[in-house]
Amino acid sequence: MSGVPARDPRPCFDVQTVRREFPILQRMVHGKPLAYLDNGASAQRPNAVIDAVDDYERRHHANIHRGVHTLSQEATALYEGARDSLVRFINARSRHELVLVRGTTEAINLVAQSFARPLLKAGDEVLITHLEHHANIVPWQMVCEQTGAKLRVVPMDANGEVQVESAEALFSPRTRLFACAHVSNALGTVLPVRRLVAAAKARGIVTLVDGAQAVAHAAVDVQDLGCDFYAFSGHKLFAPTGIGVLYGREALLERMPPWQGGGDMILTVSFQKTTYNALPYKFEAGTPNISGAVGLGAAVEFLRGLDLQAAHAHEHALLGYATRILGGLDCLRIIGTASAKASLVSFVVAGVHPHDLGTILDQDGIAIRTGHHCAMPVMEFFKVPATARASFAFYNTFEEIDRLAAAVARARSLLT
Amino acid sequence: MDIKDLYRDVILDHNRRPRNFGALEPADVSVEGFNPLCGDRLTLRLRMADGRIADIRFDGQGCAISTASASLMTEAVKGLTRPQALELFDRVHRLLTDDEAGPEDLGKLAALSGVREFPARVKCASLCWHTLASALHSPAAGDLPAVSTE
Repeated sequence: MSGVPARDPRPCFDVQTVRREFPILQRMVHGKPLAYLDNGASAQRPNAVIDAVDDYERRHHANIHRGVHTLSQEATALYEGARDSLVRFINARSRHELVLVRGTTEAINLVAQSFARPLLKAGDEVLITHLEHHANIVPWQMVCEQTGAKLRVVPMDANGEVQVESAEALFSPRTRLFACAHVSNALGTVLPVRRLVAAAKARGIVTLVDGAQAVAHAAVDVQDLGCDFYAFSGHKLFAPTGIGVLYGREALLERMPPWQGGGDMILTVSFQKTTYNALPYKFEAGTPNISGAVGLGAAVEFLRGLDLQAAHAHEHALLGYATRILGGLDCLRIIGTASAKASLVSFVVAGVHPHDLGTILDQDGIAIRTGHHCAMPVMEFFKVPATARASFAFYNTFEEIDRLAAAVARARSLLT
Repeated sequence: MDIKDLYRDVILDHNRRPRNFGALEPADVSVEGFNPLCGDRLTLRLRMADGRIADIRFDGQGCAISTASASLMTEAVKGLTRPQALELFDRVHRLLTDDEAGPEDLGKLAALSGVREFPARVKCASLCWHTLASALHSPAAGDLPAVSTE
């Protein structure tokens, strides 16, 4: 077979109908239709989310869990309703297990400081993998410094895969916690999370999964995964920024001290003694991001209304097409060739620095991410300073990938 | 705004064939510049004689804007005194950031004036210049604490 690779012929998913739900996708950038291929950094919002936030701001805003007046009760119902939607979305056992936080980063820091810090003794070990985002490295480095524990790193192979056996080889009697990405943001690798978690659990090791890059691409069932903690951000799931989720097994959350002190996380306060509120409020000090939570609840309800299986199949077809068509370009090297990947392609082009590529593509209305993707150890491993990354959502099209490939070829002829 | 405003022929040429690229042995001053946002790295080495930049070379990895800016800079400052080079730093900095600043008398460096239309790329062009300023403010380059601007 030669020439342009064939597109997946299955007409299972009407991408144009879905695109109409996302007003920003109608935008022009530098006179060209926007091709938004930076969903791994942040996904766009559908009308359902924009309208829910707008309605909240216009009609229902007040502080929650406090006032007896109508608006406060409505705001509380919307905020807690969003929590219920999220409980269903990830199949948590109960709302006690679902803590609303600012995002994945805050969720991981919460676990590092509230769960790991009191537990870790000098000589204990925290295990992560080589392909983590900085947000799943630095909080563990900090808690290791605070406690004298050691941070150990499961290696990855040349495809950007992490093998269960590599993790098992590093589990030791001193390993207290294992934290890994569900999907690598820099490479797209889908980790064998269920098997990694099972291997850790068999040794009594507590597990945290960074789901920031996973939730938009696959149905996540935390009970099925078996992990103790699961963290993700709303804005990568078509919701606003500044809101996210920490799922934790109730027995563990129950044992953990609050992370931050303040309003809403207490039952009674006197200068002698404070009693903490029940789960999940114990971990939600201060007035939270109410409108963000409303938006996140609307986002997962919007997703429930889609044929998610078909949406994910479309994404997978986009990944296959992009891999073939970009991989077919001269001088382009795909970084991250795991057998199981989420729909993103990280790549470098000989003679074209990713930042130049990003600027040139932007002039064509194409938005991609360029840089180290907050995963400098991954860049170091592949001996590149940075990569270009096209990351897809179900609203992306094959035509956008054609435009990407053509623009990459033009950038190369301009610069080399 | 045209992409060729940014990638002018002078820039493309200096990116393809960077001048004064590579190590300088021996050097009086060696300073590393790093842009943590994009991972660009640059090492600048200077040899001073009679208060002038007798020789200057750079190496590292960066985008076309960063490479071309460093290449153009090494050509422009070779032979200049410390104060002359620092004055040139100020002028280029204004060229990159101030819409009112004109490219008069800047010679080939005027090719950098397109960068200010692309705010996300100003740091690429200015990395080498900040590295130069930092090199010139080191005692080995003849800086005296009394006249330091820091």
